[in-house]
Amino acid sequence: MTDRIDTLVSKIDARFGEKMNRVASTCRELTYELDKDDLIKVATALRNEADFGFEMLIDVCGVDYLSYGSDEWVTNSASGTGFSRGVERKPVILDEADEFDPRRFAVVYHLLSIQNNVRLRLRVFTGTANPPIVKSVVDIWNGANWFEREAFDLYGILFDGHPDLRRILTDYGFIGHPFRKDFPVMGNVEVSYDSDDGRVVYKPVSIEPRTLVPRVIRDDNRYSADLKDVKDG
Amino acid sequence: MAEIQSYTMNFGPQHPAAHGVLRLVLEIEGETIQKADPHVGLLHRATEKLAETKPFNQSIGYMDRLDYVSMMCNEHGYVMAIEKLLGIEVPTRAQYIRVMFDEITRILNHLMWLGAHGLDIGAMTMFLYCFREREDLMDCYEAVSGTRMHATYYRPGGVYRDLPDSMPKYAESKYRSKKVLDRMNSVREGSMLDFIEDFTNRFPACVDEYETLLTDNRIWKQRTVNIAVVSPERAMQLGFTGPMLRGSGVEWDLRKKQPYDVYDRVDFDIPVGVNGDCYDRYLVRVEEMRQSNRIIRQCVDWLRDNPGPVMAEDHKITPPTRVEMKDDMESLIHHFKLFTEGYCVPEGEAYAAIEHPKGEFGVYIVSDGANKPYRVKIRAPGFAHLSAMPEMVEGHMLADVVAVIGTQDIVFGEVDR
Repeated sequence: MTDRIDTLVSKIDARFGEKMNRVASTCRELTYELDKDDLIKVATALRNEADFGFEMLIDVCGVDYLSYGSDEWVTNSASGTGFSRGVERKPVILDEADEFDPRRFAVVYHLLSIQNNVRLRLRVFTGTANPPIVKSVVDIWNGANWFEREAFDLYGILFDGHPDLRRILTDYGFIGHPFRKDFPVMGNVEVSYDSDDGRVVYKPVSIEPRTLVPRVIRDDNRYSADLKDVKDG
Repeated sequence: MAEIQSYTMNFGPQHPAAHGVLRLVLEIEGETIQKADPHVGLLHRATEKLAETKPFNQSIGYMDRLDYVSMMCNEHGYVMAIEKLLGIEVPTRAQYIRVMFDEITRILNHLMWLGAHGLDIGAMTMFLYCFREREDLMDCYEAVSGTRMHATYYRPGGVYRDLPDSMPKYAESKYRSKKVLDRMNSVREGSMLDFIEDFTNRFPACVDEYETLLTDNRIWKQRTVNIAVVSPERAMQLGFTGPMLRGSGVEWDLRKKQPYDVYDRVDFDIPVGVNGDCYDRYLVRVEEMRQSNRIIRQCVDWLRDNPGPVMAEDHKITPPTRVEMKDDMESLIHHFKLFTEGYCVPEGEAYAAIEHPKGEFGVYIVSDGANKPYRVKIRAPGFAHLSAMPEMVEGHMLADVVAVIGTQDIVFGEVDR
């Protein structure tokens, strides 16, 4: 496995050079970031050229990096009245801005080469555009169709050139993109049956958001690279 | 003569042959499908979003509910991704237990598939036969985890507990005579491994029984041969994995090609189809059951001879025993921290894939160093397969749609997530 990854790395470096930036990755996996304008060229080459032979697209998914690395529980000082859960609710950031942080939305592609038995991960950031948009890879890997529809549905990422970009997992007539980090877990609307009107009605949610276990990030030197045995696998 | 026009028909979402909640909008001319548009998402529960709001271990139970006929395999993919990020070693005994239960799960899944697929296209008896054997395997699930389906048995670092020394027995009741009761309990006298061994001895004959009913059955072949043929190139292009890919003749199995746990230490073969039609995929899956049986047998033999720990010793990640917790302060602290806050996983991302009974089940986890995953993406094999459905049914008859749903082994728990 290690040999195969090393040969692939040298081949990618030789073929694409600056276009693909290797991300220092954990777990002996190969991750590359590339510019969204290069995506189609690189993807076509990765699929068609014998050196790479990535004939399968395993997965396409969106990622929203809005709250990456932020925790909910700050425990700097103990209070005189006891120790309560200091979960502070962050104000909801509406996504009506004209521009996003360029590293907010990413599309992650997982490729698999059956002939070379190697995997590769590509990450493309969507840039500042609202709505976020990248080129579709449906023409290169036909199996991307539903995966891109899913990323559109859940994250609102548009795929330029997709033949049929409709919502796929959410309800007919759903508003919003539920997997964005600024979309509350309990949603925005609730449905109930109105016996007077004789129909199902939508109302704003009546439940409060709550946190059972706060999100914490602890510095743990067990995981620092210089203290760890590096193993191949 | 009246002119026959094409018309649009709605199929599902509540249709017994849809294997759950699938809505299909079919454009039909006469009885021939011109276009199919599957509508999914009726069982969408936002598992991935929910997992983002919970400590890592609390989402294992959600994984059972994805593909609810192959529960432990889903857990396996999820805990493997966490283990990859944490960089922890799983004891060999736990790896063997996982492999054994993965294969038990594969048989469970394939039996469910065979029964339902048979029922859909006119072989009623299959359903009854398959559920008979499923019952024994469900009992194994129950003996080891306490529940028949949603086990939550795999944990990062190993499995929740070692295999039990005894199997639960049937109780006396006024509906069973003593003789019948003794016969039913005769295989349950020993340990769980004895019970599984007895199953592996019985099971090949059961598969033979299924095959006598179907493999050369004229009606079965009429319904499956040359239905929904997929070429190997198309199968790869469409993202097929598992039996769907192997049925088209591509020799690709993660258990052999990218072995995880102890799959490189057990001996088994990979069946591959030739024509890529429903019948070949049927043959592949039936042979997979026989191979799974072989693997289970090897695991039973190994597990008998090699007692040992089934959980990693690192109590920052795995809970200490109750006994330790009661008289050791450090264990008490570990226990408290683990069950209130969970453990923090180092920053990074990992993709772990396993050979799930349906195909490649992958879990992609992005961690920012917190006690909850930042992003979990579940790559469900059924999602890719179902997306190819319009292509597979085009030009076939309406009745073949049911055969295609069956051959894809669709379960909506994983398609909709």
